[in-house]
Amino acid sequence: MGEYAIEFQDVHLSFGTQKVLDGISFGVYPGETKIVMGGSGTGKSTVLKLVLGLLKPDSGRIFVDNEDITDFSESQLTVMRQKIGMVFQEGALFDSLSVYENVGYRLFERGADEEEIEETVRRMLRFVNLEDAINKMPAELSGGMRRRVGIARALVGNPKIILYDEPTAGLDPPTARTICELAIKLRDLEGVSSLFVTHRIQDALTLADHHATIGDNGEVVIVKNPRGQTETATTFLMLRHGKVLLEGDADTFWNSTDPYIRTFLELD
Amino acid sequence: MNLFLLLLVELQEATLLVWRAVRHPFRRPLYWRETVVQMDTIGFGTLPIVLLAGFFIGAVLALQTAGTLRSFGAQNYTGRLVATSLLRELGPVLTCILLAGRSGSGIAAELGAMCVSEQIDAMRALGTDPFRKLVRPRLIALMTMAPILTIFANVIGIVGGLVVAITFLQIPSSVYLASAREALNYDDLWGMFLKTGVFGLIVAIVGCRCGLRTRGGTVGVGQSTTTSVVVSIVLILVSDFFLTRLILTLSGTA
Repeated sequence: MGEYAIEFQDVHLSFGTQKVLDGISFGVYPGETKIVMGGSGTGKSTVLKLVLGLLKPDSGRIFVDNEDITDFSESQLTVMRQKIGMVFQEGALFDSLSVYENVGYRLFERGADEEEIEETVRRMLRFVNLEDAINKMPAELSGGMRRRVGIARALVGNPKIILYDEPTAGLDPPTARTICELAIKLRDLEGVSSLFVTHRIQDALTLADHHATIGDNGEVVIVKNPRGQTETATTFLMLRHGKVLLEGDADTFWNSTDPYIRTFLELD
Repeated sequence: MNLFLLLLVELQEATLLVWRAVRHPFRRPLYWRETVVQMDTIGFGTLPIVLLAGFFIGAVLALQTAGTLRSFGAQNYTGRLVATSLLRELGPVLTCILLAGRSGSGIAAELGAMCVSEQIDAMRALGTDPFRKLVRPRLIALMTMAPILTIFANVIGIVGGLVVAITFLQIPSSVYLASAREALNYDDLWGMFLKTGVFGLIVAIVGCRCGLRTRGGTVGVGQSTTTSVVVSIVLILVSDFFLTRLILTLSGTA
């Protein structure tokens, strides 16, 4: 352990006879976004659930914010989870609650007063550009809107770590792009550490080739990085057969000679 | 894994479920709102069907037994027979089977859908213990509503029997009611509360457990719902036998 925000040390996990993770080790630095790629069923989502403590590894250690969470009890995990925001695959919004109640869920549970909740929820919804939807029910929202509400919900409480579980899966390219830009803003302006699970190479391109800055008029602008200069805050982790196939920065990834990664990049 | 082991694992999971739901009873948040909402949907929501079923069960009981009683010249005991049958057996068992069909299945479907759409995981990720927020209110609601609904079923069942007694059997209402009142005693009453409490617990545990173990998308939700109804009904009927034996022993009538 050391300066990592999230660290996995030789983590093994199997469901019954099926090995899902077979000795995974990696680390995410504070302020870094690590894109986790791999085919379906390679244990990408499992990694995120392990970080949250929703699953326990069979062996190996997991550190979050320099704390060994591997043997944490459920109540210790509950405290630890306040540092983490999770964006689920389909948003995983609570169907019975309105957008307002969904986003403010953490605050409602804590028993915060109504004014504070309203203020926070509006600020978070403004961040994902959905303030108009505040009184809608999840069923009335489109797929892309649900993910954005999911992101807003994850941001309440200003977590230092955000986990994305295929936030762009099944979305049209412009909407997927919007989601990625939100992740870029969080990475560059809020300094959160992230694991970004995806199997879409377009997401990786967007995240690695752009950065967010504050423009002349105080507005947030997403700028394409100059040619040949990739954002160092974005690194890659490629999983295959429950093992780490490659870990490194964007250049290492693009220039990899591994045939599996090259098919993934659609280079061959 | 063989069947016996699977059964043992399920028993362990069910015990754990109850333990996680009831421990730290005073730690905040207490989820009173959720509990009241569940009491309303389970209790008030099931009331119409319980009243309807209770009325006709009492009525048919009077209709069926009056003939036999008449052949012994004991027609005036119809009220007593209807009241005792309802209080001891039919009231608790049928009410709780209706609860299993209506509320237990609903719980399994709702929790199952939450499970497959990752809402349970999301809840845990947001720092909420689903056992306290989802399981405990349902547990409390079912254990309190089962006895109350049974009382409603018993009363309306006796009324059903009364209607039949007056219209078809020519038994005067005063005779019917006096004989029904004779049937009431404390042993049957606490027996009824014991039974319905246990049955309510069974419906809640089976519904929640089936819901929370749901895997495999919408098909899984359907399977969980079916399993919850079948398992609750079987467990209610089997435990009814043993509870009856216990109650008879304790009340000294066996």
